[in-house]
Amino acid sequence: MATGRIVIDAERCKGCELCRPACPQSVIQLAESLNTKGYRPAMLVDPLHSCTGCALCAVVCPDGCITVYRDLPQKQTSLPKYEMKETLAHVEAVA
Amino acid sequence: MDTVVFKQNHVQPLEKITYERPSSLCDVHTHYCPGCTHGTAHRLVAEVLDELDIREDTILVSSVGCSVFSYNYFDVDACEAAHGRAPAMATGVKRVNPGKIVFTYQGDGDLASIGTAEIIHAAARGEKITVIFVNNAIYGMTGGQMAPTSLLGQKTTSSPFGRDAQLAGMPIHMAELLAQLPGTVYSVRRSLHDARHVLQAKKAIRTAFEAQIDNLGFSVVELLSSCPTNWGMTPNEALTWVEEALVPFYPLGDYKVDERLQGRKGAPK
Ligand SMILES: Cc1ncc(C[n+]2csc(CCOP(=O)(O)OP(=O)(O)O)c2C)c(N)n1
Ligand code: SF4
Ligand code: SF4
Ligand code: SF4
Ligand SMILES: [Mg+2]
Repeated sequence: MATGRIVIDAERCKGCELCRPACPQSVIQLAESLNTKGYRPAMLVDPLHSCTGCALCAVVCPDGCITVYRDLPQKQTSLPKYEMKETLAHVEAVA
Repeated sequence: MDTVVFKQNHVQPLEKITYERPSSLCDVHTHYCPGCTHGTAHRLVAEVLDELDIREDTILVSSVGCSVFSYNYFDVDACEAAHGRAPAMATGVKRVNPGKIVFTYQGDGDLASIGTAEIIHAAARGEKITVIFVNNAIYGMTGGQMAPTSLLGQKTTSSPFGRDAQLAGMPIHMAELLAQLPGTVYSVRRSLHDARHVLQAKKAIRTAFEAQIDNLGFSVVELLSSCPTNWGMTPNEALTWVEEALVPFYPLGDYKVDERLQGRKGAPK
């Protein structure tokens, strides 16, 4: 399953909570603190990294507060051999 | 101490943006109440202007109602019409600037009450404008009075015992009505009550603007919208009411899609 994260513009947010039931992963909550407008802004609470970056929260947000990021699959790369050797030599040299 | 520097080409981007605020919206905070789907409708229009890359060529005619300040929210050229007169003003703007994309953004009190004559005749003349019609079944701005679109039995500040058909007549179905006029090339109804419907609404808005870009005629998208404040509900309760009360009475659908628009995103398959 894809993973991702969201960033909520807390100052723009009006704490309307439309994003909460829209999130299939239930990882959005309202903050205890208030923003300058006096609303409790929404925030991502996602300790298990279960946000999928699906953007459904952003699609329903009337105030356009949410930016959605999706993690990209990371190709397993190792440094080319000769470089690795050079690097190790360099590390030894400076250590 | 020396540092070990890894070559730049070994760094891969860790993530990509899959959704961000459209650039056709100004970087301001709106005055809309929390959870009011006027904001959603604004966002969708702005996303379509971005996608079609027409922001620089677009002129908005704002109306009177809660969306009266929409000229401050869309990053396009705009003018403000008197109550109900946006389609008439848009007619003039479009006729002297035929190369521009002209749209009105109107509430149900504005479009279906005081501005009924203007909208009907703009459609009848086939003015090449696009109308975004936000139907929240109430006069939001003035404190929740009954609109021509309020449901039978709906309690408002001017129908405290519920709308009575004997006294106030039946609610008007504008998307169906405007579809009857020969100048209309696109007339559909969508709803903003959940993510799936919001995405469908966006496709329809896109098709409506494409109809104007292709110079086909009058296009209108009716959006069923919420007014949590004057309905006396929380924003999420209001969306449930849109789904359970408004949608059954105002069926979502395509009431007129010119054959030249068939097959577009948002048009029936
Ligand atoms: C000529 C004139 N008559 C009446 C009004 C008062 N008025 C302002 S907004 C409004 C109705 C707005 O309702 P709607 O178009 O549904 O917009 P909403 O606020 O619900 O989005 C009325 C009657 C006015 N501004 N001008
Ligand atoms: S992107 Fe999807 S999973 Fe992540 S917070 Fe938004 S709705 Fe939830
Ligand atoms: S939908 Fe938008 S405005 Fe409403 S609580 Fe969520 S982030 Fe805030
Ligand atoms: S009064 Fe109703 S329509 Fe107007 S901004 Fe508030 S919720 Fe939206
Ligand atoms: Mg209204």
